[in-house]
Amino acid sequence: MDRKLTSNSLKQTFDRRSFVVGSIQGGIGLLLAARMGYIAVAENEKYEMEAESNRVNLTLIPPRRGWILDRNGSPLASNRADFRVDIIPERLEDPDATVEMLAELLDFTEPEKADLRDRLDESRGFAAVPVANGLDYEKFAAVSVRIPELPGVIPQRGYSRFYPTGASVGHLLGYVGAPSREEYDADPQPLLLTPGFKLGKDGIEQQFEQELRGEPGARRVEVTASGRIVRDLETREDVQGNAVHLTIDGPLQDYAARRLGLESGSVVVMDCLTGELLCMASMPSFDPNSFSDGIGRVEFAMLQGNDRVPLRNKTLKGLYPPGSTVKPMHSMAFMHEGVDPSETISCGGGRRIGNRFFNCWSNHGTVDMAKAIYQSCDSYYYHFAQQVGFDKVAAYARQFGLGQQFDLPVASQFYGTVPDPAWKLEKYGREWQPYDTVNASIGQGYYLTSPLQLAVMTARIATGMSVNPSLIKSATAPQFASMNYRRDEIEYVRQAMSDVVNGPGTAGRARLPLENILLAGKTGTAQVVSLSVSDGRSGPWKYRDHGLFVFFAPFDNPRYAGAVVIEHGGGSGAAYPVARDVMTFLLDPQKGLDALHALEEQWGGTAQQRLDAQYQAYASAAGVDLPPAPPPVTLAEQVDAEARAAYSGPEEADSTVFAPREEANPRSEESST
Amino acid sequence: MRGEMSLPAPIAEFPWRVVIPLTLLVAFGAAVLHSAGGGSFSPYADSHLIRFGVFLVMALVMSYFPEDWARLAAVPVYVVVLLLLVAVEAVGQLGGGSQRWLELGFMRLQPSELMKPGIVLILAAFFHSMPVGMIGSWRALLVPAGIIVVPMGLVLLQPDLGTSLAIAFGGVVVMFLAGIPQKWFIGGGIAALFLIPLAYFFGLQPYQQQRVLTFLDPASDPQGSGYHIIQSKIAIGSGGLFGKGFGEGSQSQLDYLPEPHTDFVFATMAEEWGLIGGLFVLLVFGIVLRWGLITAREATTRFSRLLAGGMTATIFFYVAVNLMMVMGLAPVVGIPLPFMSHGGSSMMTNMICVGALMMVERWNRHSTSSGL
Repeated sequence: MDRKLTSNSLKQTFDRRSFVVGSIQGGIGLLLAARMGYIAVAENEKYEMEAESNRVNLTLIPPRRGWILDRNGSPLASNRADFRVDIIPERLEDPDATVEMLAELLDFTEPEKADLRDRLDESRGFAAVPVANGLDYEKFAAVSVRIPELPGVIPQRGYSRFYPTGASVGHLLGYVGAPSREEYDADPQPLLLTPGFKLGKDGIEQQFEQELRGEPGARRVEVTASGRIVRDLETREDVQGNAVHLTIDGPLQDYAARRLGLESGSVVVMDCLTGELLCMASMPSFDPNSFSDGIGRVEFAMLQGNDRVPLRNKTLKGLYPPGSTVKPMHSMAFMHEGVDPSETISCGGGRRIGNRFFNCWSNHGTVDMAKAIYQSCDSYYYHFAQQVGFDKVAAYARQFGLGQQFDLPVASQFYGTVPDPAWKLEKYGREWQPYDTVNASIGQGYYLTSPLQLAVMTARIATGMSVNPSLIKSATAPQFASMNYRRDEIEYVRQAMSDVVNGPGTAGRARLPLENILLAGKTGTAQVVSLSVSDGRSGPWKYRDHGLFVFFAPFDNPRYAGAVVIEHGGGSGAAYPVARDVMTFLLDPQKGLDALHALEEQWGGTAQQRLDAQYQAYASAAGVDLPPAPPPVTLAEQVDAEARAAYSGPEEADSTVFAPREEANPRSEESST
Repeated sequence: MRGEMSLPAPIAEFPWRVVIPLTLLVAFGAAVLHSAGGGSFSPYADSHLIRFGVFLVMALVMSYFPEDWARLAAVPVYVVVLLLLVAVEAVGQLGGGSQRWLELGFMRLQPSELMKPGIVLILAAFFHSMPVGMIGSWRALLVPAGIIVVPMGLVLLQPDLGTSLAIAFGGVVVMFLAGIPQKWFIGGGIAALFLIPLAYFFGLQPYQQQRVLTFLDPASDPQGSGYHIIQSKIAIGSGGLFGKGFGEGSQSQLDYLPEPHTDFVFATMAEEWGLIGGLFVLLVFGIVLRWGLITAREATTRFSRLLAGGMTATIFFYVAVNLMMVMGLAPVVGIPLPFMSHGGSSMMTNMICVGALMMVERWNRHSTSSGL
């Protein structure tokens, strides 16, 4: 450092150092060139892919759902092209303003607005929330042009589920709806988040979800960073789901549902030879068309508040004491256990069993088996059930399908109760008593059956075959095992059941208005409360007796069998006219319709019209102050739970003796008028 | 010799060596801005070209200033710009928020930009006037350090980390070229190693800390502050060798690339023109910076040498930091790319630097021709 600093040495320093600076600059320049070459050439493929995934947005097109067809191939559920509006909640900028604007554009009522807000609060954020569907073009266009002001709102053309017969098939088919959180968690596919996609929520729609669903289509679009669509790149069509072919006869189903009219009840009709279910009507019902748009609070409150439980499928989940409808089946059991049908007992308005006297509903005098069936004599069954032993009779009841669950594609079915000594001991810890035999011998006491079981029982009585019900149409007819009853045993019971209707029996008015075809059947009246509370025919609705009727036709060569149950109908007189008209319609549609039209005029319209009117009345009365509807999953569980609770049977063993009521006997009424 | 003879003096003396590459670069920049503007000359490309024209005239006028003027102007320019920086701070305080510019009515003046060439000018004048023997003294270190720290502090208050670093860089390069002892730089480097963590934790705003963290790991926050770097790299990388074609860049056209016309204009360019376009830009900058350094080395006075070297360094700092940022080698600091990014302030600053270099080149020519 001794070197003397001069102007010249500073110039040398500058030259040296500026060379260093220049080299560093050049070095950085080369580094940048190399870096860019690395990104643009070596990593080009990776970044090209990322640019592409930025640019291209894949939207799924919900597949068209497969149709649900009846036995003749007409649709029970189809699809209708419609205009719909959905919201992706997480893309909303101002949810309140958006809801207000949509409500204005779509003419929403206050409860509808409240429902939309609830759905938005409930949603997952990225999953589409339906706002409205089935819109007319004007409303759809009004929303479409406002899209720039409504981020997160998606108007689109799509398909909605359409059930031509509405409420008639509500319980049978179920309905569809947007996937819930739980359903997405269980099956986290992107399709479930696609606006407009719906899945089956109940009934056939739910059971055959995978078959009906189909393959989604896809649309590739170019989008900007903010999600605006620039242009379509490519579209793949969806593949429609497969059709599900049911054994149900659509018109018969609709007829039966409508024929139930103002009553709460169910009709099951099946083909005796194949076991195919032709009709499973349960009323009152809900309209699956409106359920599929999301259940509104008004609708839900209305259905929930109805004491006739319109949310329950009564053909499978309604359980009733079978009453006298089990008498033909018990008769078959007695014969098989060695009772001669011609053996008589004396009914003196009742009969002494052990050391107690049990009443019959009438004094039938000398009674053989045929008379016991067509006059529904209780004494006869008291006597022979006691003689044979009810544990043996119960085994026959099970053989005939009572207490059984069938192999059907349904979400749930209740199997009811066929009481016997072992069952009672297990359930209540009590010994079986003679009065238990007496009660059970005429289908009362602990006995509980579903309408479907009653229909199956009747088909098995009529054919002597172990008929099993089916709901899905198959190409081959099933072969049923014989139940090993003799021809004469079967024909004896058939004749007696024909006499119920066509002879000196309890259901003369059930006779078909047709030449050459005779209906055979058996009435039943199931008591709900004891005689001290109500006489079963008048007074509060929920204390009235259930009316039952089981039937098959033609009596000598059975083809169709079925059961009708009218809840609190006040006796079997409420049930067999329904059975008669349904069978008439099946055999001669025009005659059946004439009868129905006359009735509907009295009732104030078809089932659908009455449901709509009821909705209007309820909505205007209730206003907005209703709790929101629960999500569909919970809804179904709740209905099931209530139903199970209602049918879990008495908490304590029943020790009261059953006092039978008068069987409705229209023959005498008819003769008197 | 024949060429010089046949051309009239003003044409022969015109700084073609820099104006031609710069014009090419600005024209290329205008093409990129045309694409970034959605295939339209307005609002970016047209104003870019007009500004270049205006500031080029300004630079050419500047180049005729004699050396004495420049040296005498150094202190007044520094003081005026410093006062403007204080004024920005004052207006910002009164207005209840930070700001970086002064609204002059006809334009928004960003005084911190003027300080970049200003710091080079005053330090060049300082070292020129300092006796040769004193270069190893503390005075040669502390006075320039003070001159640098005051404006740097004012700019940091705005807060504008990028510009304050640019000011420091220009100043430090002038000090280095002036010949102050190497040990101070080594010592300063070691001190910086200790100061950087301190500055990170106490000197930076939270959003700036976030940017540094994001630079170290962009994937940690792909939708937030890492978004810029990721999208920029996607744009450059997807361009490949030859690019996607003019107006075909999906990253910039569909708004995935943030700031496609200012800080990330290079990414916009690279997506559509590929590596070839990138090498062209680097080549032009190389030509311009090489010209600047040659001008500095040929300069006859200490003042002109340091002025030219410092101006070259200032342009280089812009280019290097911007390109490192868009390629993911530096944190996002908000420094535009000279002559390509849309923006009046940066165009002005860079053209002042170019004008100063042309000025020095003219001084050189005249001192040689006068046979010194």
